Amino acid sequence: MKTITFSQATQEAMIEEMERDPSVFVMGEDIARQGGIFGQFKELPGRFGTDRVRDTPISETAIVGAAVGAALAGMRPVADMHFADFMLVCGDEVFNQMAKVHYMFGAQKTVPMVLRAPDGLISQAAAQHSQMVEGIFAHIPGLKIVSPSNPADAKGLLKSAIRDDNPVIYFEHKALFSTKGEVPEDSDFYVPIGKGRIDKVGTDVTVVSWSHCLHTTCQEVVKLAEKEGISVELIDLRTIVPWDKEMVLESVTKTSRLCIVHEAVKHGGFGGEIAATVAEEAIGMLDAPILRFGAPFTPVPFARTLEQAYRLSPEKIVAGIRKMF
Amino acid sequence: MSALAIHKEPTVPVRKYSKKLLTELYGKMVTIRLFEQTVESHFLAGEIPGFVHLYIGEEAIAAGIMANLTNRDYIESTHRGHGHTIAKGADLKRMMAEIFGKATGYCKGKGGSMHIADFSIGMLGANGIVGGGYTLAVGAGLATKLSGEDKVSVVFFGDGASNRGTFHEALNMAAIWQLPVLFVCEMNQWASTTPYRTTTSVENIADRCQGYSIPGYVVDGNDVLAVYEAAKDIVADIRAGKGPALLECKTYRIKGHFVGDPEKYRTKEEVQHEFETNNPITRFEEKVLKAGALTQADLDAVYKQAEQEIAEALKFAKESPEPSPEAIYEDLYV
Ligand SMILES: Cc1ncc(C[n+]2csc(CCOP(=O)(O)OP(=O)(O)O)c2C)c(N)n1
Repeated sequence: MKTITFSQATQEAMIEEMERDPSVFVMGEDIARQGGIFGQFKELPGRFGTDRVRDTPISETAIVGAAVGAALAGMRPVADMHFADFMLVCGDEVFNQMAKVHYMFGAQKTVPMVLRAPDGLISQAAAQHSQMVEGIFAHIPGLKIVSPSNPADAKGLLKSAIRDDNPVIYFEHKALFSTKGEVPEDSDFYVPIGKGRIDKVGTDVTVVSWSHCLHTTCQEVVKLAEKEGISVELIDLRTIVPWDKEMVLESVTKTSRLCIVHEAVKHGGFGGEIAATVAEEAIGMLDAPILRFGAPFTPVPFARTLEQAYRLSPEKIVAGIRKMF
Repeated sequence: MSALAIHKEPTVPVRKYSKKLLTELYGKMVTIRLFEQTVESHFLAGEIPGFVHLYIGEEAIAAGIMANLTNRDYIESTHRGHGHTIAKGADLKRMMAEIFGKATGYCKGKGGSMHIADFSIGMLGANGIVGGGYTLAVGAGLATKLSGEDKVSVVFFGDGASNRGTFHEALNMAAIWQLPVLFVCEMNQWASTTPYRTTTSVENIADRCQGYSIPGYVVDGNDVLAVYEAAKDIVADIRAGKGPALLECKTYRIKGHFVGDPEKYRTKEEVQHEFETNNPITRFEEKVLKAGALTQADLDAVYKQAEQEIAEALKFAKESPEPSPEAIYEDLYV
């Protein structure tokens, strides 16, 4: 094990996969000359050259479309979207092309590509540079979606995403890039797509979360709750599609209480899917109504006070959990 | 190369072309025409569901371009894609079965008329999204360049599609990276019910190439030999590493936008006139017969064979089973 940043972990994943497989290449805005806005591509152009680490024009639509086309022609492209918000510029390429080729053409061809999409709140970046949009993409059949919360998972999931023959959207929270954590040295280390992780074992309430709010807010929730004698089982979902339903159901069967916490807007968010599934399949196991926490149904505001009001509050979450007993 | 060049009628006398090539070009055009007529009549009889967009009158473009490609080259097609797919060498039975929504179709009945693909011959798929194919073709071109191959990637699109933003992103990207991509505009004058002059600021779509410093050519899209000649030179340049180009083929959409289109936006006389003066198949027949390059018997033999192949394809499609409902969940993920 060694301790590195989330950003370095993703870079290691890229290096190992690009060394292993010559058909892997990466393209995006400001990745070769600048090394990526979060430094996540810094070493790549020096190692692999600017053909395989390719600066693109500001043409999100063409970047995603070209990745689909390159995948169809035998490559394994990784395309960087700069900010997840910009993926909405290329909705057609993601929703109608990348997600559908395999099914629509009767499984004649796979689309082994990855879209890297830095998402989430950073300091006051406002409405068009702060969104969590996994729920929007999770609604479209044909895509896999991952959202790691720590460096080890960041590396392991990115490697799995690159090797997967399905198109994968890899959400990486901007506020996580500089966080540090232990990562196995072994270049055969992969984190399987579709498997959650029990971040902390507990007995009284299951909290399901992912990405940055698991790393921060939910850790605080665990501490505050334990002070009050409530034992939290914290699940890091890691993969949004396909999500680890079994792990959640098993945990809920044990704790009888479910609380879902995500940074994205609560209204229509992916938490709703988890809540509905548990209600459908295990409502008899529950001793309290399912709780959901997410952002208010507004664009991300700019002003400090407003952004603070937008952020999840551990205290509020714990207050909600308290009422479940 | 100039930013816009008009490709003239081929200067090569018709007699100089090999009988094999002429037969192939004619065979492709006739097969497309008969296939489309068969699809049309069965659609109107209520046997084919969904949307069907016919290629009748534009056969010379697919036939002329594809004669310069091999199975290793890539094409990206459109909603009006049967002609491209046939010309690229796809299996008529599996195409027809797909259009009928049968399990034996290219896409196991999951695609239909607008989504036929045959990756084994480099046909990367028809696209139901207007302008959806350009960037994919650019990606295939990028893959070719990265792996050091000499494959050409061709994307077909309509004049209407050239107003999508994807056109501009793709042209620019192909140009800066000098990718082996041929953009083929099928200028059939119409985008659904809208004539191109009301939506397009330039006289020729090829004029837009000037904005990207790539060569743009215009050719008579109803003359299969002219298309063949133009594509031959351009494809050779692209294969030699000279970067992308655009070929605009002037033609006319003889049929409605889709089968069943009431066509209130234009007169029957206009369509009739275009068909009589510009039908690429009769133009070709007259030309080769006059030059003595092929005989009527040669043409008849090709026609008969196409008829037979399509009858077999139709029989196969009709007799094939529909996919089982359980197949709905198959093939979503690998
Ligand atoms: C993005 C998108 N917008 C609109 C449509 C609906 N539509 C399908 S074909 C078509 C006209 C296309 O015209 P053109 O590109 O000139 O091709 P043609 O049909 O003439 O071959 C339209 C508007 C669509 N399928 N996709």
